[in-house]
Amino acid sequence: MTAERATDNPQVSEEGLQDSMDTLQDSMESRQHLLGSVAAQGVSKVFLPNSTSKVTALEDINLHISPGSFTTLIGPSGCGKSTLLRLVAGLIHPTQGVVQVNGKPADQARKDRDYGMAFQTASLFDWRTVRKNIELPLELMGWRRGARQQRAAEMLELVQLPEFADSYPSELSGGMQQRVAIARALAFKPTLLLMDEPFGALDEMTREHMQAELLHIWEETNTTIIFITHSIPEAVFLSTNVCVMTPRPGRISTQIEIDLGKRTDDTREREDFFASIVKVREALRSQEST
Amino acid sequence: MTSPDMNPADVSIMQTPGQQSPNGFKSAAAKAVSKAASPWLLPLIFGVGGLLIWEFGLWATNPERFLLPRPSEIISVLSEDDRGVDNTIFESIFEASRTTGFIILSSLVVGVILGVAAALITTRFRATNEVITPLAVAMNATPIVALAPIFNNWLGLTSPRSNQAVVVLIVFFPVFINTARGLNTVDPNQIELMQSLASKPWTIIRRVRIPSALPFFFTALKLVSSLCVVAAIVAEYFGGSQSSLGSKIITYAGFTQYDAAWAAVLAGSIIGIVLYALASVAERLAMPWAHRSWNSP
Repeated sequence: MTAERATDNPQVSEEGLQDSMDTLQDSMESRQHLLGSVAAQGVSKVFLPNSTSKVTALEDINLHISPGSFTTLIGPSGCGKSTLLRLVAGLIHPTQGVVQVNGKPADQARKDRDYGMAFQTASLFDWRTVRKNIELPLELMGWRRGARQQRAAEMLELVQLPEFADSYPSELSGGMQQRVAIARALAFKPTLLLMDEPFGALDEMTREHMQAELLHIWEETNTTIIFITHSIPEAVFLSTNVCVMTPRPGRISTQIEIDLGKRTDDTREREDFFASIVKVREALRSQEST
Repeated sequence: MTSPDMNPADVSIMQTPGQQSPNGFKSAAAKAVSKAASPWLLPLIFGVGGLLIWEFGLWATNPERFLLPRPSEIISVLSEDDRGVDNTIFESIFEASRTTGFIILSSLVVGVILGVAAALITTRFRATNEVITPLAVAMNATPIVALAPIFNNWLGLTSPRSNQAVVVLIVFFPVFINTARGLNTVDPNQIELMQSLASKPWTIIRRVRIPSALPFFFTALKLVSSLCVVAAIVAEYFGGSQSSLGSKIITYAGFTQYDAAWAAVLAGSIIGIVLYALASVAERLAMPWAHRSWNSP
């Protein structure tokens, strides 16, 4: 329903200035509700549609993500999770259907810099210090130097790395690099954070530590997060909503709501945590047998 | 417990960063020694040792002097009068080094600029890649030094322009190929990140591709810093100024003044070494992040 609200934004008419001002006001108000929301309606993505080796990566994806939620996409390799994330990011365009972010087309949201992004590799810029890496989005947005430095310091505080401001990325461990990447993605306080398996390359201990930290950041910033993972416990621990995907062509087969309340380390040992894991696992299994 | 999940080292790095550098295991004495042994010490010992072996090896075996003069003979010939000119040989070679040095430096600058420009253009406008790259490859396959007599014909037998043309062409190719490679060897996630921040292609080139290409560029720069000396001197064999290193080497060798010819060759290698050192210094200055590690202060 979020998508409908956004698509019937009235066009600015030529009939009168007052009218158009009103409609503009309306659309801005309706946008306000949509900040941090994502909607995909009947989305398909076909790569190389005119060739014999064409690949249907995604088919008929319908997804509604409400502001402030934490959604995980889980599924076997090649099921189109990353493709879906890049569609939301407006980096690629759907063959069919519409993707809307913050109530506007995904590509427009990209141009408006409405979201931050983090990848499996931290992908920090080797030639920039940690501080300068975090400042990069702000530089691109034309922030002044003082404001940039202040925000970078805040972000370093948030990811608990203030003493590494002037280090180069190569001087940091993998987990610390990933924290800097998250700080960079959130530096301009986007309403949406897209994460493509950001903890996939970390060892289990660091990974659990990072999960707890990400939840802490999520609570503090109230950002909507879409998160890709291969790990069922990770999906259950982090999300309010798990989307289970099936491969070839990629579809969302099941959406599971997770309600575990506030997560702590003890959450990982609770009955309802395991029950949710079983639910997600069964959802993944059931599509294998069909 | 030997579970790989419970690695205390990882935890300590995560939680108390910076307190334990890998260098903590190295003894203070070893550190002091490695600090005192500057990077110049070993090459210096090697170079001086080589000269001593050259000097005393020849002194002991005593072959014909024109086959290979001793280092001391090469030095002493510098103060002799240069035949037909009102100069000592040192003054002649110094003058020739200036001429050749100027040809090398000016062509190096032009060749590097052209190479980098071509790399940037082929990276930014993919279509030009189809035109420029085959052209550059074909040009590189041509024996460029062999074109020197033809360039003399075009640009004047005694003009330095023909020598410069040879050196520019020699310099262009390695710089172009390496820089283009560097501009395109970029973490695809970094490109996506920039696109997600609505960056224009030139912004991505400036902020991501150029810094990523720097190591490749400096590899090429070091390579051509010696290559261009060879190219200039060989081009001078065929024409150009009479007071150039190439011309001097030909003249001295023609008059069987092999020690003087050797002195001119050494002047050429000094130019090459200086250029290489400058390229290395420039590399360090341009890429401070690549030379900083845990053990630096």
